[in-house]
Amino acid sequence: MTTAAAPMRLDVSSTARVPFGRLINVELRKLADTRAGGWLLISIVALTLLVLIIQLAVVLGNDLHPKFVDFLQGMNTPMAILLPVLGVLSITSEWSQRTAMVTFALEPSRMRVVMAKLVSLVIVSVLALVVGLVLGSVANVLYGSFSGNDLVWGSVGKLVLTYFVAYILSMASGFALGALFLNSPAGIVVYFAYSFVLPIPFAIGAALMGWFDSLRPWIDFNFAQSPLIDGTIQGSDWAHLFTSGLIWLGLPLVIGLWRISRSEVK
Amino acid sequence: MVGPMIKVEGLTRAYGSFIAVDDISFECRPGTVTGFLGPNGAGKTATMRVMVGLTPATRGEVTIGGMHYRDIPNPGRHVGVLLDASAQHAGRTGREVLEIGARTMGLPSSRVDEMLELVSLDSREAKRRVRNYSLGMRQRLGIAHALLGDPTVLILDEPANGLDPAGIRWMRGLLKGYADQGGTVLLSSHLLHEVEQIADEMILIGNGRIVARGTRDELLANATGGVSTTLVTALDNQLLASALAEKGVEVHQAGAGLRVSAEPVDVGRVAADKQIVLTDLRAGNEGGLEDLFLELTADSARETVPGAPVDIHPNEVPA
Repeated sequence: MTTAAAPMRLDVSSTARVPFGRLINVELRKLADTRAGGWLLISIVALTLLVLIIQLAVVLGNDLHPKFVDFLQGMNTPMAILLPVLGVLSITSEWSQRTAMVTFALEPSRMRVVMAKLVSLVIVSVLALVVGLVLGSVANVLYGSFSGNDLVWGSVGKLVLTYFVAYILSMASGFALGALFLNSPAGIVVYFAYSFVLPIPFAIGAALMGWFDSLRPWIDFNFAQSPLIDGTIQGSDWAHLFTSGLIWLGLPLVIGLWRISRSEVK
Repeated sequence: MVGPMIKVEGLTRAYGSFIAVDDISFECRPGTVTGFLGPNGAGKTATMRVMVGLTPATRGEVTIGGMHYRDIPNPGRHVGVLLDASAQHAGRTGREVLEIGARTMGLPSSRVDEMLELVSLDSREAKRRVRNYSLGMRQRLGIAHALLGDPTVLILDEPANGLDPAGIRWMRGLLKGYADQGGTVLLSSHLLHEVEQIADEMILIGNGRIVARGTRDELLANATGGVSTTLVTALDNQLLASALAEKGVEVHQAGAGLRVSAEPVDVGRVAADKQIVLTDLRAGNEGGLEDLFLELTADSARETVPGAPVDIHPNEVPA
């Protein structure tokens, strides 16, 4: 029955590999086309709006004199908190919803998929920043027309750039923790514990122990990012950022990528 | 004979000391449907996952069209895969699931509409989120996804699971037509009757090992130890029984007719000679395949099988 006939060959001569740009496009789409992803994006914009409205009400009610920068700081808060969640979900949903089976069947190179996801997150950072700038500008203009005071725009270029870098770092941290756990709740909980709970013992330790105070910038990624966000970053700050980033971003990312590339997809 | 399209060679997949797939080899040829049969947990899914690179093989390899799956460019255009119809994002609409597949493969949205129509999901159903789909609808969506890229090879794990009888008939026709056009189909099932009518070749697997393989007729001949059984009913059963007994053929009363240890053609010949009118004549081995399936896979099945034939020698099954 099994006479030795030559195996059939697939004619792949006219098929190219899936272009990287198409993978990025698909990954961007996947961030928004699910119920959870769609609502998360809507929530980010809605919360940013809400924060700016409250800020407007407060500054008008108290006759304060805010600048454009102040509104940008207002919009930054919800963005900085929620964007990393998108970073976590971008990778964990493939596992918790088991779509990785289809994703990796269509693109067997798992690292290409992961890279496309990371690039799509960078694009989302840019979009978020554009939305934030537009909303912040509208808030500033509204403030001017309601209060009758002169508008202060000032130069915000450097601040916008640092926000951009901070969004990318925080989304990448979320992604790295997501890749490490490959589980949505674990990824989100650990991310928030790391960014909101961990700073407390770090701060207490630094206040009580001199040696820990000097060690802290090397191991506390959030702390090391503050000169970046203040726009005062210089010299050894970069070394702090790099070293602490290696611990909180680099290490989980490397272990996570190793897991993704090796693990059995079920 | 056409060469194999899918070639599985010495494939083994172990999880620690547990061996899910134990040194199995088989081939699937273009223009045929290969049925991959076995009870739950026999190793069918693990084998299929290795085929498409989702699970690494411990030993051995699988090639599709002479290539490893990971080396096939834009594999969705060549190999249609459905491994688990439930492995879709519950919060995504059915249409969006196909849209993502089409975009990844570089296909126009019109292809999505074509596939939705092919699997009879209407536009209202396509707009619903997958969490609200029945298993049968998910299965149809999964088949649509596997066919999106117009592949030449189909690998389907339990595609009939959850389909209603009309759906199973529809799927049989679909896969048969696909193979008739030169496609290669490998489908798994734990239910014999889902597969036996369309599979050109069947591979029976139990406990990670191939226990039997062959066409339906080859397996049947083996199941009955080469002795055919015929069920026959005549206007005058007594006369037929004595005529057959004269020929030295074993005859038993069975319901309204007779069970005869001979080929239907021989029984018909005897009846013609004696001018006996027959009202029913058919091969009586039908239960044999079911028995064979249960017997061969009994070790790995969760239930023991009462009354299964014991005169089966798996090692003698033609390879």
